[in-house]
Amino acid sequence: MKLSTWLKRNTYHHSAFAELEDLVAQKQKQGLSISLCIPTLNEEATIGKEIILFRSELMNRYPLLDEIAVIDSGSTDDTVSVARSFGADVYLAEDILPELDPKKGKGENLWKAIYQLKGDIIVYIDADIKNIHPRFAYGLIAPLVYRKEIQYVKAFYDRPLAFSQGIRPSGGGRVTEILIRPLFSLFFPELTGLIQPLSGEYAVRREVLEQIPFPIGYGVETSHIIDVYQKWGLTAFAQTDLDQRVHRNQDTRSLGKMAFGILQTFFSRLQALDIIHDKLELSHILRQFQAHDEEFETLELQILEEERPPMITVDEYRVKRGLPPNIDKTNKETKKK
Amino acid sequence: MDQRITELIETLPHMHSKLKGMRDTLLTNLVMLGEIPAPTFREHNRMSFLVNRFTQYHMLNCSTDEVGNGLGIIPGKNGERNILIVAHLDTVFDETVDHTISIEPNRVKGPAVGDNALGVATLATIPALLEELDIQLNSNLILMGSSRSLGHGNIEGLRFFLDNTDMPVHEGVCIEGVKLGRLSHTSIGMARCEVTYRLPEEYDWTRFGAVGSIVTINELINRILEIPVPRRPKTSIVLGSISGGRSFNTIASDAVLRFEIRSESNQMVHTLRQQIEDIAAEVSSHNGSEVEIQILAQRNPGGISFSHPLASNARAIMKSLDINPRISPSTSELSAFIDHKIPALTLGLTDGENLNKPEESIEIEPIYNGLTQLLAMLVAIDKGYCDET
Repeated sequence: MKLSTWLKRNTYHHSAFAELEDLVAQKQKQGLSISLCIPTLNEEATIGKEIILFRSELMNRYPLLDEIAVIDSGSTDDTVSVARSFGADVYLAEDILPELDPKKGKGENLWKAIYQLKGDIIVYIDADIKNIHPRFAYGLIAPLVYRKEIQYVKAFYDRPLAFSQGIRPSGGGRVTEILIRPLFSLFFPELTGLIQPLSGEYAVRREVLEQIPFPIGYGVETSHIIDVYQKWGLTAFAQTDLDQRVHRNQDTRSLGKMAFGILQTFFSRLQALDIIHDKLELSHILRQFQAHDEEFETLELQILEEERPPMITVDEYRVKRGLPPNIDKTNKETKKK
Repeated sequence: MDQRITELIETLPHMHSKLKGMRDTLLTNLVMLGEIPAPTFREHNRMSFLVNRFTQYHMLNCSTDEVGNGLGIIPGKNGERNILIVAHLDTVFDETVDHTISIEPNRVKGPAVGDNALGVATLATIPALLEELDIQLNSNLILMGSSRSLGHGNIEGLRFFLDNTDMPVHEGVCIEGVKLGRLSHTSIGMARCEVTYRLPEEYDWTRFGAVGSIVTINELINRILEIPVPRRPKTSIVLGSISGGRSFNTIASDAVLRFEIRSESNQMVHTLRQQIEDIAAEVSSHNGSEVEIQILAQRNPGGISFSHPLASNARAIMKSLDINPRISPSTSELSAFIDHKIPALTLGLTDGENLNKPEESIEIEPIYNGLTQLLAMLVAIDKGYCDET
C-alpha cells in the first residue's frame, strides 16, 4: 500500500467514533474484552481524574472497558493510594512475575501488563495527561473493533490553536521531528506516515503484543513500531487524532536522555535486521554538560536499554494462558537467583 | 415540625450513603462540563454537552431556546405540578483561560469548578441520582442550565424561559456549587450601574489644573461616600470596580466606575440611583468631560417569608444534616422567580476556596450533604410538604 493511500485510509479523527453505543455493540458482537493499562511513576496529581473519567464513562455508562489497571514502577508519592481510592486495580510491577529479575522502566510495566491484564485488546494511556477525556481510549480502540486487519493504533495530537492558511506543518514533538522522523526517512520511509510515533497512547491486540520484545526504557515505542512493521506490515497500523494533549513539558536535557535510549534500540534493530552489517560496540554512557561558575562539568549517565523478550516465550505466561510449554529457549528470561 | 418532614428526615442517612456511591458519575460530569469554557453569552458548547447528557437519560423535550438555555424534562407520575431546577451555565472565565480541572482525593481544582460547574454537573447527574435512589416524582421535573446569567447577562436566560414557557412553574430551586449552607429565599432591590467619564478629543490639556478622568472618578467616589445611607430599610452602596488610564505619565482620558445599590426598598434604590446620576452629571460639568451612565441590571425586592414552609423545611432538612443555614437575600437567578411570584430558593452544594480565581477549588466530601439536602427538598416540594396552607 502506498504511504499516501495508507494515510488516507488508516488515519482517523476521534470524532468518527463518538457513537459509543455502536462501538460497544460491535465489541460485544465480536466477544472482545478490552483492558486499559495506565503505567505510573509518581503521578498522584493526575491519576485520580483519569481513573474516574474512564470508569464512569467507559465502564459504567458505556461498557467498553472490562478492566482498568494501574501498573506502578514504585512511586514514592501517593499515586498508589490515590489510584486505589478511586477504584482502580493497582499492581506494583515488581509483584508481577516476581520470580524474574526485576527491571525498572515504563516498558517493564507495559510488558508485565500483558501477563497481568485479561483483555484481547490492551490500550495503554500515560498517566500525566491533564486534559484526559474518554476519547483518549475509545479513539484508539475503535479502529481495532471495526477493522479486523488493524493490529496497532497509535495516537497523535493535532489541533492548532490558530491557523489561517490551508497548509500547515503537522507533526510530533521535538524528539520525533529531529530524531525519529529523520531515522525513519533513512531506513523505514513508510513509517514516516505515523505522525507521532512516540506518543504514549496506543491500543494493540494481544496476539501482537505477546509476540514482540519490549525495551524497558525509552525505546519501547520505537521498537514496537519497527517490530510490528516487520511482522505485519504498514497495513497493520492505524492512527487517531485525539486533538490536544496537555501534559508536563520535558526539558531539553531529559529529551537528550530519551534520544540516547531510543538510538540504542534503533541501532539494535538495524543490526538484528541486518541493515547494518558490522557489529557495533555502543556505549551506554550519555555525556551531558553543565556550567559551574566558569567551569564546565561533564555529567555521565548510564542509560542501558535492556529488553524483555516476547511474552509468548515466558513459561509463566504460557501456563496462565493455557498454551503448551515453550520449546524454543532462545529468549528465556533470567530468573532471580 | 411537620410530622411528614420528620419522617422524610429519617430517610436521609440512607439517602446520603447511596449518594456517596455516585461520586464518579458526578465528578465525571463536573470535569467534562467544567473543562468546556462558558463565558457569559458564549455558553453554547457547555449547554450542548448538558443537553446531550439529558438525551442520554431519555428525558423529554431535551432542547435549547433562542437565548441558549439548555433543558430537559423528567415527566412526573401525575404531572400536576412543574418544579424547575436551574443552574447557571456561564462563568467569569474567558475561553483563553486554561480550563483544565484536576481531581485530588479530597478536592477538585480548576477555574469555575464551584461557580458554577458543580451546579451544572449536579443538574446533569440528577436523573442518575433519582434512579439510584429509586425516586419517581409525581411532578414534572424541569432541569435547566440557564444562559446569560452573570454580569451584563442580567439573568436573561431564566427570565426568557419564565416569560415564554407554556408550562406553569410552581416551585423553583436554584443550585450554586458554593457554598454549602447557603439558603436564599428573598431578593433585595438592586441596581447595577456603570459610570464612564471620557474627555473629549478637543480637550485643552494645557489648561491649568487639567487632571484627566481618574481624578473625576475619584471626585465622584468621594461624593458617593458622603451620601447618607439609611439603616432601615437596610441599604448599601457597593463600589465594585474602577478602571481607567493607560500608562504612568499620560493623563487618563477615560475612566469607569462600577457599583451596585442594594436595598430592601425599591424606592430607596430608585432615590439613590437618581441622586448618584445627578452627582455624576454635576462632577462632569466641572471639567467639561463627557459622562455616560448605564444601568446594567435591576432587581426588585421580594420573595417568600421566613416562615413559608419552603424556607422552614429547608432549614429543618439542613439542620438535620448538620448544615448551618446561612440565610441571605440573593440577587441571582432567584430574583427572576420572585418577579414571577414563584416560590423558590437557592441552595449551595459544597465548600470551596478562591471563588472566581483560576485556582478555584471545591471540597468533595461535603458534596454528599449538599446533594442530600437538594434531593430531600425535591421530595418535600413534590409531595406538597412545602405548600402554603
